Parts: sequence; C-alpha cells; structure tokens
Amino acid sequence: MKIFDPVPKGSQPERRYPGYVSTALRNPRQPLILMPQTLSELTGPVYGCGLIGETDNDLTRQCAGEPQGERIIVSGRVLDEGGRPIANTLVEIWQANAAGRYRHANDNHPAPLDVNFIGAGRTLTDAEGRYSFVSIKPGPYPWRNHYNAWRPAHIHFSLFGTSFLQRLVTQMYFPGDPLFPYDPIMQSIPDEKARERLISAFDLETSRPEWALAFRFDIVLRGRDATPFENKP
Amino acid sequence: MTDNEKRLVAIPSQTVGPFFHLGLTRGEPRGCLAGADARGERIRLAIRVVDGEGAGVPDAMIELWQADANGKYNHPDDPQNRLPDPAFLGFGRLATDKNGFATFETVRPGRVPGIDGAPQAPHINVHIFSRGVLLHVSTRIYFAGDPANEEDAILRLVPQGRRQTLIASPDAQEPCTWKIDFYLCGDGETVFFDA
Repeated sequence: MKIFDPVPKGSQPERRYPGYVSTALRNPRQPLILMPQTLSELTGPVYGCGLIGETDNDLTRQCAGEPQGERIIVSGRVLDEGGRPIANTLVEIWQANAAGRYRHANDNHPAPLDVNFIGAGRTLTDAEGRYSFVSIKPGPYPWRNHYNAWRPAHIHFSLFGTSFLQRLVTQMYFPGDPLFPYDPIMQSIPDEKARERLISAFDLETSRPEWALAFRFDIVLRGRDATPFENKP
Repeated sequence: MTDNEKRLVAIPSQTVGPFFHLGLTRGEPRGCLAGADARGERIRLAIRVVDGEGAGVPDAMIELWQADANGKYNHPDDPQNRLPDPAFLGFGRLATDKNGFATFETVRPGRVPGIDGAPQAPHINVHIFSRGVLLHVSTRIYFAGDPANEEDAILRLVPQGRRQTLIASPDAQEPCTWKIDFYLCGDGETVFFDA
C-alpha cells in the first residue's frame, strides 16, 4: 500500500498557539512521536452510507418553515493532494444561525434562536467528489478568548476521506471578512496561503437567479505519492 | 504559477469548537462498535480525557477505529484475504460527559499486520478533538498484560517510561471493562503520534 506524503511545514495550525488561550492546557508539550504508517493508519471508517436523509443537505428545509437570513449554496469537490476526487465520503457540517447563535445548550450569546434552523447537515460526495449544501449565511459571534473577540462567520466541516490519516475537521470562511486578522483560530496557521485555503470563493456561476448566492469550497485531504497537478481545483 | 504551486496541499485543520455535538454526535449513537452478533470478546472501554490541570475535559470528542476480533479492518484497502465481521464496522465516536468520560462498547481487536508483515499487538486507533485543539491528536490504546505488547514495533518507538500512557488496564470492580485516561498535556502526558 502507498503511504501518505508528509505534511508541508506551516500548512497546519500550531498546536500550542498563545493567541488562542485554551490551547495551553489541551495540547501536548512533548514532541509527537513519529511513526510509520501501518494498515491501521492507512484504513479508516467507511461510514455514512445509508444514513443520509432527504433534507440532510438542505439546512433550510429541516423545520416547519424557512429560517431567517441570507440563503446560500455551498458546494465544491473533495480531492486528495494528487487531485484525485474522493467519492462517496461523508461530509458533515454545523453552524450558527444568521444571528450568530448555535442551537446548543452551551451557547449563551444573547442573540435570537431561530425556530426554523437547526444548523446541521450531511451528505456524501458523488463519484467526482462533488458535494453541495443549501443553508443560510451564519453570523459572526463573540467569544471570550480576549477582549472584544469575535469569530469570523464560518461553517464547521468534518470529513473522513478513505483513511484515518485523512480525517479532517475544519472551518470554512467567507471571502472578505474583516475579522480574519483578529481571529487567533485562523491565524494559528502559519502559512498565509494555507489560511486562504479555508476561505470559500464567491461563485456567481452556481448562484441561482432570484433564489440564492453561492460559495465554492474545495477540500483537499492528504494524498499518497502526489504527482504535480496542473490546475487548482 | 511556480512548480511548487502545482501540487495541491491538504487544507488546514481547525478546532471542532464547543458546539460540535450539533453536527457530529447528536444523531446515530456510535458508542457501541459491535453489533449483537459480532464475534470475539466483548469489552467496555472507559476513557477519560484530562487537561493540563488534571480536570476532565467536558467538551472533547473521541473517535475510535479498530480491526475486528480476527484482526481484519472493515475497509476495502485491507489486503488480508478474509472477510471482515459483518457485525463490526470498527468505528466509534462519542462526546465526553461533564467529567471528561466516554464509555464505548466493542470487542477486543485481533492482531493486524504491521511493518514488514510482523503482526502488531492488539490496539485501537484514537483521534481526540476538542475546543482548544486546533489539529486533533492521535494515539493508540493497547491492552495491559497482552504478551504481544513486548514485540509491538510502534510501542517500541515509545520511550519505556511513557509506554504505560497507551495501555488500558482492566477495571478492578467492573468485569470486562478496561480503563484508560488520556492526558492531553503536562504530568503523565499521553504519547501522541505523528504518522
């Protein structure tokens, strides 16, 4: 079996990032132990087939009425570093509502809940690695990391890929958000190009006239023996 | 565009945050990995996630990936010429409770091939996600008293003094129950791997 390529320096967050206060007590101080990739790392859960309900990829149709806010389409492809599509893989998302409030017992931000918005979705990629969600644009929200701290609007993404080593949990951001430079969660990624990979692109082509604007977010997972690839996804 | 830019690079990880339950652990429960008909020795695995001040982490998510009782992964890339146990998917996922605990029900895994075909000691692969964790940490669970531990190539990469951080021990009170605490940071810090 082919093994996965190493992770390029600066492309992933620093685990212990002083600007993000809660990293201090929740991340190892000792260096990680480098290990070879065995069958245990090169396989991973095949999970999600048969789970997906009809409205799971449309967060605007999961309640009796339509949620408040700006309706959006978020779509893209899931690829590995060699540019090969990852088919039939589970994509799970969760997010705040248009006012920046999560439907979660621990979210006490004094912004309104929306009875018509749960804020969770999931889908499987198709044979070309494509996925698509309909949702509403989440609002930014405050958190207590530092004085006047606000998270840029984001959607949480969770992906399995085909191996336990490809497992990825991340956040998708929206283009042009003025909060980027102040957000330690995003700024924990040293390489600016890597940070930009988390910013979706405004996608007029996929937008549906008289109905919803679209954002494109391509997701690249670790790859094996990546060969040079001519086009960005 | 330079040559360097032609190759795609995996996108960065970000923290799962405090509200992941909404998207990841609210629906189908994944605390039981083994169907009623699964082969092998059924066990409970009581895991606690602990922070650098010794407090249980109340908002972590633990994911497990393991082979079935015969050492076969339920995955198309497992080259071993036998079928996986159809009652055993091998994937578990739970949020920790307010004290940092999550208890799984599974079967004791068999031995899977390792480097150069040498069998590995029975183990369970673990990812831990949490608020404050920007990139999930990965470790393994081995079983105390298993004679195969001595010759396991991955365990042998770990300095002797830290190996016990990867080894679950049987619960003195509860039969068929194994316990392990994952220390994310500081005293007794668990060994985390980079593959």
